Amino acid sequence: MNEREELLKTRRDPALCREPARSSMGLYLHYISLKLREIMEYKASFILTVLGQFLVSFQVFLGIYFLMERFHQVMGYTYGEVVLCYGIFLLGYSLAECISRGFDAFSRMVRQGTFDRIMLRPRSTVLQILGSGFELNRLGHLLQAAVMFAYGVYVSDVSWTFFRALAVICMLIGGALLFTGLFMIYAALCFFTLEGLEFMNVFTDGAKEYGKYPIDVYGKRIMRLCTFVVPYTLVQYYPLQYVLGRSQNGLLIIAPLGTILFLGLCAIVWRAGIRHYQSAGS
Amino acid sequence: MKKYFAFFKLRFNMGLQYRAAAAAGLTTQFVWGFMECFVYRAFYESDPGSFPMTFSAMAAYIWLQQAFLMFFSAWTLENELFDSIREGSIAYELCRPISVYDMWFARSVALRLSRAALRCFPILLLAILLPEPFRLHLAASPSIWFWFLVTLIMGLLMMVAYCMLMYVLAFFTISGDGLRTVMVFGVDFLAGAIIPLPFMPETVQRVLELLPFAGMQNVPLRIFSGDLTGAPMLRAVLLQVFWLAVLIVLGKCLCKIAERRIVVQGG
Repeated sequence: MNEREELLKTRRDPALCREPARSSMGLYLHYISLKLREIMEYKASFILTVLGQFLVSFQVFLGIYFLMERFHQVMGYTYGEVVLCYGIFLLGYSLAECISRGFDAFSRMVRQGTFDRIMLRPRSTVLQILGSGFELNRLGHLLQAAVMFAYGVYVSDVSWTFFRALAVICMLIGGALLFTGLFMIYAALCFFTLEGLEFMNVFTDGAKEYGKYPIDVYGKRIMRLCTFVVPYTLVQYYPLQYVLGRSQNGLLIIAPLGTILFLGLCAIVWRAGIRHYQSAGS
Repeated sequence: MKKYFAFFKLRFNMGLQYRAAAAAGLTTQFVWGFMECFVYRAFYESDPGSFPMTFSAMAAYIWLQQAFLMFFSAWTLENELFDSIREGSIAYELCRPISVYDMWFARSVALRLSRAALRCFPILLLAILLPEPFRLHLAASPSIWFWFLVTLIMGLLMMVAYCMLMYVLAFFTISGDGLRTVMVFGVDFLAGAIIPLPFMPETVQRVLELLPFAGMQNVPLRIFSGDLTGAPMLRAVLLQVFWLAVLIVLGKCLCKIAERRIVVQGG
């Protein structure tokens, strides 16, 4: 019996043609394609929402533009440098938001008891939460961030070398990891309080807002907080020094990868949370 | 008048119940205030000559902005009202011997007042106790206090009248989400919430000062910080009166038209 016949036989036999188990990535993409189809039912609303979002980020950009036009530099950073910094940080944030903001829906899952259902399935809990919480308007955010990033690269006077580009890529990856960790901790707190804690927004949305300027602009105390409490400086200030040619220390290029440690810590909190979890009982 | 006051009181008392939400909001606003202070300090140190006001005026602007955020945030909308239009329960309101516009206006003012009442005192108190240069200096002269309070209330009424337009326009569009997003977010920049108007280039500033949005937070906050005085202040107050009248008349007319052509589906 040749291969072809064997294949045909499996197709005919219902017991044999069970779909093979999807890989985790395949499952995640499947979740996304489902969400895509859902959102495309409301096209006009989607387009208008994306337009509205553009307006929001454009305002922030105009704020930077007018301030920099008046003062020309802030703490030695020029307009181009600030915009580059903002573009990189925003893109890192948006990547994280796109992939892992599904955690936001988590407090509702816990309260409504749908998390019990997820725990019953033989798949990673994180994967299921991320997949079912994916929202397409975050792609809109990603698009804006990409535009901002491209503009930042365009107006900055950086003379690009391989290592500087590498540093930028590390910053993007590090930023995505850092914010993923923060979204995760945010959700993990729900295991203990049953409700999201609003002040955590300061670390995510607030950081996105204020990450537009290099962190040393805010002074030494904030620098310390942003290094030792949540390591924002690892993905923003330190590698930026290398990219802008203010430091030649090669270690700064891979500094953003230190956020892997942070993400690991967040994952530990998450695991502890799952062990601590008691169903809301609904 | 008495019946609208009753709606006002109801809504005000209801708003005061959300203390946990207010406490959570407070933390965020403190952080926001501090970060803003630090940004402007950096700009001030980079080039004090280009700073369009004194630093203590800027600190006052930032802290008052945080304290009265609920007065001037366009996104403080009541989804209940949009829902009542979409789902048709607006019919009950139309049966009552009252004006829908006036009732909603009273409710909205009460909601914002109650939210601000919960938040403004802790923020103001902390801001007064801060070390220099971030401290909030209270205005000394009674005339500044007088004009501040007058323009603050006017600003609040303008904001409410503006939001009323969004409610009324919902009668004409079934899904007004997009329109609303644009109307909500345009305001922040135009009213000086992103950066205060004096930081903008002169021509931009001159145009924006004529628009209704400048009357919302720009005017009261700058009067308190002593940045807006004399003839320009009086002009700003007159503009506030003018735009408030325009916004209210426009809203009332639209509301009349909407009420005439509204069809409530039975069910």
